[in-house]
Formats: sequence, C-alpha cells, structure tokens
Amino acid sequence: MPETPVATSGAAAGSGAASASGAASASGAAIRLENLTKQYAGNPYPSVDNVTMEIRAGETVVFVGPSGGGKTTLLKMINRLIEPTSGRIRIDGEDVTDMDPVKLRRKIGYAIQSSGLFPHMTVAQNIALVPKMVGWSKSRVQDRVEEMLDLVGLDPGQFRGRYPRQLSGGQQQRVGVARALAADPPVLLMDEPFGAVDPITRDHLQDELIRLQHELHKTIVFVTHDFDEAIKLGDRIAVLRDRSHIAQFDTPEAILTNPADDFVSGFVGAGAALKRLNLTRVRDVEIADFPTVTVDDPLQDIFDKLRDSQGNELLLLDRHRRPYKWLRRGDLSRAKGSLARAGTLVHDTVTRDATLRDALEAVLIDNGGRVAVTGRRGEYTGVVDMATLMNSVQEMLEADRLEAAEHRSAGGLPEEGLEHPFVRDAGGPEGPA
Amino acid sequence: MNFWEYLGNRYQQLLADAFQHASAVFQCMVVATVLGVLIGVLTYRSEWAGNLATTAASGILTVPSLALIGLLIPLVGLGVAPTVIALVLYGLLPIVRNAIVGLRGVDPTLVDAARGIGMSRAAQLVRVELPLAWPPILTGIRVATQMLMGIAAIAAYASGPGLGNEIFRGISSLGSKNALNQVLAGTLGIVLLALLFDAVYVLVGRLTIPRGIRA
Ligand SMILES: Nc1ncnc2c1ncn2[C@@H]1O[C@H](COP(=O)(O)OP(=O)(O)OP(=O)(O)O)[C@@H](O)[C@H]1O
Ligand SMILES: [Mg+2]
Repeated sequence: MPETPVATSGAAAGSGAASASGAASASGAAIRLENLTKQYAGNPYPSVDNVTMEIRAGETVVFVGPSGGGKTTLLKMINRLIEPTSGRIRIDGEDVTDMDPVKLRRKIGYAIQSSGLFPHMTVAQNIALVPKMVGWSKSRVQDRVEEMLDLVGLDPGQFRGRYPRQLSGGQQQRVGVARALAADPPVLLMDEPFGAVDPITRDHLQDELIRLQHELHKTIVFVTHDFDEAIKLGDRIAVLRDRSHIAQFDTPEAILTNPADDFVSGFVGAGAALKRLNLTRVRDVEIADFPTVTVDDPLQDIFDKLRDSQGNELLLLDRHRRPYKWLRRGDLSRAKGSLARAGTLVHDTVTRDATLRDALEAVLIDNGGRVAVTGRRGEYTGVVDMATLMNSVQEMLEADRLEAAEHRSAGGLPEEGLEHPFVRDAGGPEGPA
Repeated sequence: MNFWEYLGNRYQQLLADAFQHASAVFQCMVVATVLGVLIGVLTYRSEWAGNLATTAASGILTVPSLALIGLLIPLVGLGVAPTVIALVLYGLLPIVRNAIVGLRGVDPTLVDAARGIGMSRAAQLVRVELPLAWPPILTGIRVATQMLMGIAAIAAYASGPGLGNEIFRGISSLGSKNALNQVLAGTLGIVLLALLFDAVYVLVGRLTIPRGIRA
C-alpha cells in the first residue's frame, strides 16, 4: 500500500518573497470535483457527465479509460482550459469555478503529450515563463531554471541554451515537466505526457516522475491509456468509462485484486498477478547478505573465503564496491589464480527502487537464480533470490485478499477511500493570490 | 547619347527619383504591414471573418492599378495621397493572407500549452502565436514589397513620386532620342531597388526569426 501522503504545512507558494527558490516547496493541494458536467455544443450527450471526485493533497491520481471517454475533458476542466457546463471545482476548499482562469492556471502545472515546448524559445526561456509571469525577480528565475533542469536530470550547462528541436523526445518531455513545475504549483496536471516516447524512455521518465514526486509531494492528476503506467504511477487509479463515469476509484492493489466489474477487469487485462509485482519494490522485500570479496583483497583471502563459504560462491566487487563477478569454488584454480579470467560477469543488477517484476526478470535470466541489489552509486547492498521473491508474492497476495475482504464487509463504495480519512492541509497555499 | 552617357548626365535626378520611389514603397509597406497583421490578428480565429478579409484583399488586387489610381484621383486629388492609398491597399493582400494562414497554422497544442500555463490572451498572441507565424508573415511582406515596387511606377500617372516619372516621360515621348534611355533607366532602377530590398529582407529574416524555428 502506498502510504497516505501527509501534506506538510507552512509551504510557501502564495507568499512569493518568503520562499527562496530551492527552499520550502509547495506541496499538494486537495482537489474536489462536484457534479462536473461538460456538454459540448452540438454533441448529442455530455462528454463528462456529473462527475464527483475527491483528490487528496499530495497524492497521484491516474485517470485511465477508453479513447474518447472524456479523460482529457475532465482534466482540462480542473484548470478550466475547458469551462464546465455545470458543477464546481474546489482546490484546497476554495471554489475556483469562477475565479480568473489565467490566475488559476499559473498555480496549476500543466504538461501534455507533445511536450508543448515553444520551439522559438530556448529551454531556459521555456522554463522561465511561468515564474516570470508571476513576477519573480530575474536572479531568482535564473536560479530556478538551473534548479529545475537539475531536478529533471538535465545538465543546465549543456541544455539551458538549446532549442526544443535540438532535444530528443524524452529530453523535451523532461523540460516540459520542468516548465510545469517551475513556479512551484501545488497541483500538476499531466495529459498522456509520456504517450509519444519509446517504451524504454517512457520507463525512465516514469521512474523520474516517481522520484520527483517523492521529493515534492504535489497533487498530480495524470491521464493515460496505459493501465501498466497507471499502476506504476498512481497512488489511486480512477478507471473511467464513457462520459467519464467512474467505474472504480481505488488503489492499484485493490483494482488489481478486486476489480469492481467486468469493465474494470477488461481494463486490467490478463496477468493481474504479474502486474501486482510492479507495485512492490525491491526495498520492500527481504534483501539477503551474500559473501563478498573485492578485487583488492589478497588472492589467498579469496581462496580461503571460497572454501569456507556455504554456498560455494562469492560475489566479487570492483574497487567501487560494485558487483563485478560471481565466483564459484574452482573458478579461481581453473583460471590459474587470475581474477581477470575467473568467474562469470554480473550481467544485471537491480536497485532498491526497482519493481519486483524487474527483479523477477533478472532472477529468471540469471543461471544462479539470484540478482545483486545495488545502492545509489551502483554499490553492492545485497542479493535477492527466487525463494525470497516467491515468499514475498505469496504474502502480498494474501494481504491483498484480506484487505479486499475487509473492504467488502465494510460495505464501502469503491469511490470512497474509507481507510484514509481525507487529510486537508489547513496552512497550504490557497488558490488566488 | 548612349545609355551610359544618359546615366552620367542625369544621375542626380535619377537618384532623387530612386530615393523617392524607395521611400514611398518603404513607408507604404510599414503601414500595410501594421494594417495587414492587425487585420490578420482580428480575423484569423473566425472562419468567415478570415475568409472575408482574404477575399476582400484579393478583390482589390484584381483591380488594375492604373484603374484604381484613376478612381482615387477624383476622391483624393493628385500627388502623394492616391499613391499611398493605392500602394497600401495592394500591399495588404499578401500580408493579410499570410498572417491569417500563419496564425492559423500555429500548432494548436502549443496554443493549448500557452493557455494551460497561464498566459493571457494578449501574451499568447505576442509571445507565442505571432513569433511562430512570423516567417510566413515576413514572406508576405517580401512578396508585397516586390509587387509595390512595380505598382509604385504607375503612381507617376497621378503625379506621384518615384522612378515611374522617368518611365512615363519616356513613353510619352517615344521616338525622341532619349525615350528609350528614360524607360530603360526607370525600369532598371526599379529592378535594382527590388533586389536591394530583397537582400535587406533576407537580413531582416536572419535577425528576427528565432534560431529555434529557422529553416
Ligand atoms: N472541442 C470539442 N468539441 C466537441 N466535442 C468534443 C470536443 N473535445 C472533445 N469532444 C468530444 O468529447 C468526447 C471526449 O473527448 P476527450 O478528448 O475528453 O476524450 P479522451 O478520453 O481524452 O480521449 P483520448 O484518450 O483519445 O485522448 C469525445 O467524444 C470527443 O469527440
Ligand atoms: Mg485525451
């Protein structure tokens, strides 16, 4: 289960001068949609029909649903790029349905599929747009641009002065996110932001977003077609039918193990148990110790350790303590005592943030049935093997089943997150200045 | 007197005419650009208004320039006034049309992004739409200038300024010894001016089209 995000209070967003860039950043604001309806002129029925939804401060909510179902329309009503036909929008309790939309949008980050970067402006100019519009000083804007580029993993020196067309699709998308976050808005709206990049880049960008959100605790509303993406990113997922009717609004775990109806099951697709593996990270399971030696150890020590080790195997680390080779008993003597030739190279490692699915993949490929886990700089921290994974999955599914049973007996509608009372941040940033 | 001797004799008059010609075209182009872009900005969002503006502007262009000036003389008299009005009207079409096409051609997702990040309507226009539509607008300005160079010659008919006077003098005295020289000097002068302006536009393009969208 993702922990309930607790909004830190006293975030300084509205009071511009108080927060030096890089210091306190505005964490999320709660969003409440009340009976939102959008009827486009000329359409026979509404594209969004009477949607009521509560999005908690600091959580990531993902809308998934069929094409043309009204996800974009629903999302764009939050920053009023599309004016609702009826219904109200509240952000942090404040009714923003009638406030000046231009002011409203400056407090809501917006990132879209094609990155939406302005091709005639440099990366720095693109990112600086909103901070400038809300009146930040020149030097503060400049610092902020550097900070945002760092945040999304682009070297400011290299990328600041480039034009969007001089960037790869993935880099453009990163800049798009940096621009959306530049003025430190409490809310971030993202409409299929990673829809147009290749699967590997998309995976990286998703990881980055997770990391960002870990630091920033924004309220993120994210639209996607891709249920796997929804599982990976969402604290909660809203599965939407036609006209944005909510089919189920719950945690990924609950949707995977207990889909509300056939429509949702259809969306979850085959392999729910495998998808469940995407929801747990390596750091959540038991990481075992493994006997290690480093390339700098005297050969005699390595021989001795190999002889003494129970599993007949050692993990050889390089100078930076990164996993280098698996050494079995006998490997060394066969290679006539040369570490360079002995053993098998470590092909694959996983980080503590990798999903269990990644770990399983690596374990399945490895002929020893285990994978080394590494820390931030690639240094060895432990090993995960098949048995550990099996045990964890069993426990996980059991826990999910129990939870689902409780859910049912509590009689809660799927839309209402019963076990998480709605936390509102009283000191948080308000809508208009 | 051959052509070179003629040039040597009359170069002061020719330079003055050329300068007036260029100056008239330039000033009319400034007015036409401002008006044309303004009309474009005001009409591009509406299907019918945009089409109306384009149609009206092309309608003007189908009127022969001599006829238009002829029609203007009884209204505004001889001299500079009919010249300026005619030149501005003729200059409008390429600019209005390219401004509308350029503004309508801006990627709608960029306009959506501009609104989405909180730009006001004016900011969207000035910071995003016009800069992106600028290359086609500049092309329109260039085409209009070329056209006005020739049309300005007709202005001499209404006692307007410029190299047209040279040409008309030649035409009215066909058969005299300098007639051909006069027509030739006026025409070549206009061609030279047109080439000169075009070179300037290339430079202006280099300076004003942002590097990120330069072809
Ligand atoms: N400006 C508009 N005018 C009229 N109808 C519209 C407009 N925008 C969207 N619609 C209609 O509203 C419905 C919902 O569209 P919307 O773009 O919100 O869907 P979506 O869920 O985002 O789809 P996708 O996943 O393909 O992006 C569609 O039937 C669409 O045709
Ligand atoms: Mg959409």
